[in-house]
Amino acid sequence: MTPLLSVQGITKRYGAHIGCADVSFDLYPGEVMGIVGESGSGKSTLLNCMAGHLAPDTGQVVFDTRADGPKDTITMSEPERRMLGRTDWAFVHQHARDGLRMGVSAGGNVGERLMAVGERHYGDIRGKATDWLERVEIDAGRVDDRPTTFSGGMQQRLQIARNLVTGPRLVFMDEPTGGLDVSVQARLLDLLRGLVRDMGLSAIIVTHDLAVVRLLADRLMVMKSGRVVEAGLTDQVLDDPQHAYSQLLVSSVLQV
Amino acid sequence: MTEASEYNFAYLDEQTKRMIRRAILKGLAIPGYQVPFASREMPMPYGWGTGGVQVSAAVLTPDDTFKVIDQGADDTTNAVSIRSFFERTAGVETTTATSEASVIQTRHRIPEEPLTEDQILVYQVPIPEPLRFLEPRESETRKMHSLEEYGLMHVKLYEDISRHGHIATSYAYPVKVEGSYVMDPSPIPKFDNPKLGDMAAIQLFGAGREQRIYALPPYTQVASLDFEDHPFEASKADHPCGLCDATDSYLDEVIMDDQGGRMFVCSDTDYCEARRAAGHKGKDAA
Repeated sequence: MTPLLSVQGITKRYGAHIGCADVSFDLYPGEVMGIVGESGSGKSTLLNCMAGHLAPDTGQVVFDTRADGPKDTITMSEPERRMLGRTDWAFVHQHARDGLRMGVSAGGNVGERLMAVGERHYGDIRGKATDWLERVEIDAGRVDDRPTTFSGGMQQRLQIARNLVTGPRLVFMDEPTGGLDVSVQARLLDLLRGLVRDMGLSAIIVTHDLAVVRLLADRLMVMKSGRVVEAGLTDQVLDDPQHAYSQLLVSSVLQV
Repeated sequence: MTEASEYNFAYLDEQTKRMIRRAILKGLAIPGYQVPFASREMPMPYGWGTGGVQVSAAVLTPDDTFKVIDQGADDTTNAVSIRSFFERTAGVETTTATSEASVIQTRHRIPEEPLTEDQILVYQVPIPEPLRFLEPRESETRKMHSLEEYGLMHVKLYEDISRHGHIATSYAYPVKVEGSYVMDPSPIPKFDNPKLGDMAAIQLFGAGREQRIYALPPYTQVASLDFEDHPFEASKADHPCGLCDATDSYLDEVIMDDQGGRMFVCSDTDYCEARRAAGHKGKDAA
């Protein structure tokens, strides 16, 4: 089976500092990979390198494209990479404001990716947008409201709808539940889990919240100082951490 | 010494005109592409047509006949002052008749009378970037142009329909040039959009403050953006002209009194006058 995404030896330095060093892994279709670690451990750098927002210093990110099979996304041309960015890839930002157009209605936000890939029928676009709002549990009557009038949790769900509308195969998520209160987090996680399972999505989730990866991720990587210190099945890593840092991380979670 | 000979011909020095002509040629070679140029300080405020004036200065020759349109009219402040500017600095013939002019500088209108291959139409452009209000970063809009990523332009039209039930953008309506660049046609009413395409005359667009020149060579294909189920419509007030009874021209609404009295007249004054001279008479004509 061809991996959907194959990451080999990704290194990104910021001058003398290491962003992330020599990260390699394979992600198979339908698999959800969690990346955990403390702030500054290089999780977001790694995610941005994979999603094409940052150019890594060395390494390959090979994506199994629909048309041409496995292709290195770092050396591919910019139009191709940007095309991937709005078709097969999706990126959910930690802050919904970074991923949404705040001056454009909810329907316009969801429809943007459709129009970006050439959809030119207003009725169809609006129909799909309404459908997706309902799928992320936003009342269809709010399709013409701006995201500024939405609560934090709704904005995050809108961002997810906007990303999934073109049926991507790989979703990058950067702290998708960060900054939300726990009950809203729980609903969002429930929703995400449903969508990932229904659509057979592959996802890479960066978070420092172990509960998120416990619920969503099949596999887990623990990062520390830019390096992967432990990787394995989620339950295995969380229940029987081997590396000293993983043990610290797991034991730091407050049991209520 | 006459006044015209105290200035270099058409105010600008030869090197500057050369620089602008180069930008114009590049613009003509890549229809719809915004060519940066070193815009000069002109003796008028930004927003009064400094871009158009520089382009006109660069294309004028002593044999040209010059016409200036401001919102269709030949007799408003902007038109009168720019016309007299070139009378003084270039000594060229000026006219108000569209057919007699070889260079026409315009603000916000395309003349009703079809232009010919011997004419040049120069537009004054306030904001050349059609994506500006959707994407504020210049670096990003340039990338979007170079990769032809124009989905965002349709987001604007989508917002129009969702808010107003139809595409409410009525001027500066975005167009796609030769299936490639999306271009801002300057704030002309969308009624004029169909005239942009397949025009016999050369069309030049100058934005002085934003330092951009772009162009449409003769007979260029220009399509107004729209949705399949909400097609582009060149709209105008649904009335005949009150003075010349024309039904095919773009109309201005003029408020006559405090009792709600109004009349509709051709915005193109030259077209209206020519029709009245030919004996057409509207219901409000004295």
